[in-house]
Amino acid sequence: MLPDQVKERPIVIALEAHDAAAITGGTYDFGQLALQIDPAKIVSVCEFLKNSQQFIRLSAVTALDWYPVEPRFEIVYQLHSLERNERLRLKCRVNGENPEIDSVFSVWRGADWYEREIFDLFGVTFRNHPNMTRILMPDEWKGNPLRKDYPVHGYKYSYPNE
Amino acid sequence: MSDSKILRAGATLEPLTVNAPEEHVAERKLMTLNMGPQHPSTHGVLRVLIELDGETIVRAQPDIGYLHTGIEKQCETKTYQQVVPLTDRVDYLANLSNNLCYVLAVEKLLQLEMPPAVQWMRVMLTELTRINSHLVWLGTHALDIGAMTLFFYCFRERENILRIFEMFSGQRMMTSYFRIGGLALEPPRGWEKVVGKFIDGFSGNVDQYEDLLNNNPIWKRRTQGVGSVPLETLLDLGVTGPMIRAAGMAWDVRKSEPYSSYEKFDFRIPTLPDNDVWSRYRVRMEELRESAKIVKQALLGMPSGPWQADAPKVVLPEREKMKTQMEALIYHFKIVTEGFRVPPGEVFQVIESPRGEIGYYVVSDGTAKPYRIHMRTPSFGNLQALPAMIEGNLIADTIAAMGSMDFVLGDVDR
Repeated sequence: MLPDQVKERPIVIALEAHDAAAITGGTYDFGQLALQIDPAKIVSVCEFLKNSQQFIRLSAVTALDWYPVEPRFEIVYQLHSLERNERLRLKCRVNGENPEIDSVFSVWRGADWYEREIFDLFGVTFRNHPNMTRILMPDEWKGNPLRKDYPVHGYKYSYPNE
Repeated sequence: MSDSKILRAGATLEPLTVNAPEEHVAERKLMTLNMGPQHPSTHGVLRVLIELDGETIVRAQPDIGYLHTGIEKQCETKTYQQVVPLTDRVDYLANLSNNLCYVLAVEKLLQLEMPPAVQWMRVMLTELTRINSHLVWLGTHALDIGAMTLFFYCFRERENILRIFEMFSGQRMMTSYFRIGGLALEPPRGWEKVVGKFIDGFSGNVDQYEDLLNNNPIWKRRTQGVGSVPLETLLDLGVTGPMIRAAGMAWDVRKSEPYSSYEKFDFRIPTLPDNDVWSRYRVRMEELRESAKIVKQALLGMPSGPWQADAPKVVLPEREKMKTQMEALIYHFKIVTEGFRVPPGEVFQVIESPRGEIGYYVVSDGTAKPYRIHMRTPSFGNLQALPAMIEGNLIADTIAAMGSMDFVLGDVDR
């Protein structure tokens, strides 16, 4: 159930009127609104927020790894509306086994590299992304460094021929 | 070597979008040019794969990651205060901006209120950082295009700023001067004089740079009308900072979401509608003047008072108190050995760096180490616009367009 101070926010009222089942939770801490969104509906929610609520900027996309809790990954979208001078955080929980979520590339082209970064460092695949390849680590790299079960120290050959 | 070998394994080629003649594509008259990662004008280790039809760029693919150091992973193994030096190394031209953003985020989680002197000192030093970064940009950008003299002038002034940083923190570049709960050290004696002397002469210096460039026909021809992208595309791609302001939008985080008492300073947001390399240069020159104005205001109105917050569980106690008070000794021991705990929660703190919007997303799970820190760095977002900026244009304009973006590869790859 949503806390009262989340429910009162105009953006939440608008979003509930659009699709009441999309929001599965939310917090309002330090003046920052964060909403849990049903991962199956992320693209339609983002389209609604961009096209009719002026959230024309996607500031960043990142992920959290709550290992060993399931659903393990949390994809975090930092939205920004210049017109309303307001920021909004959307979060989607994704299962640890074969993690997949729809790409929001079709909504904001800026999501391109951020989603590739998550694919690279967390191993979450984004469906319908035009170029789902590693971006920071070498292509031959095994493993996803920002996962919590990935070691911080150690040696690893990155080249298959060595 | 075939084209597909040159491209990174797994990189799929998107269909051609720019108007290369059909027969050229069919007859494979396109040439793939590998630029970087050691090209001097990429200012770091950026690699761009450029497909050329004659001298026109048909497609450009930036390839990043050569400077990836895993700072975000490293942050998760450090205590909150130990992360501050790591943030220096993200954007090595805007260290204090990164320090400030991280420190503000954690202070928000701890619900710490800073004394006015700390806030004003932070504003003054981040504005000096902005001047420093813009000077490096101006010097190297002009050098790329062929105006060599300016480089020496810019670095002459930059040296003075680095001396000021050294005076404050003991370090020229990796200052780590802002700490959670205040400043690292007490401001040095006589700093007002040094900063005042620098800032008084600075507006004359900006005039001098403009004298060299504004009426220079080569500079004008190389920059005017080059590298223009529609504002909607820039926003869609996540571009921030001076590039947005040079496209006519007056958006600055310092004004729209003021932090560290920026609302008390009088400055304006310079904008220009033309959206080319020239107007990005003009906007940054105006920003130099505005930053100098802010530094001057901070200098004249600097409030007196403590340079650290009254938070004994976070801030190290004074040496004198440690020798006389039991509590101070205990707090010192606790902070040094295990750090301080931060209540669970998450904060996305945004500030305006010289390059655009920095955002630190700090997640705490209640322990003394951050659970996750994501750095939304301006260069990463800005660099995504590179293909849109150079595709369809001449190869010779690439250097000017790339320079006008003012990216730092450490900031891109983290």
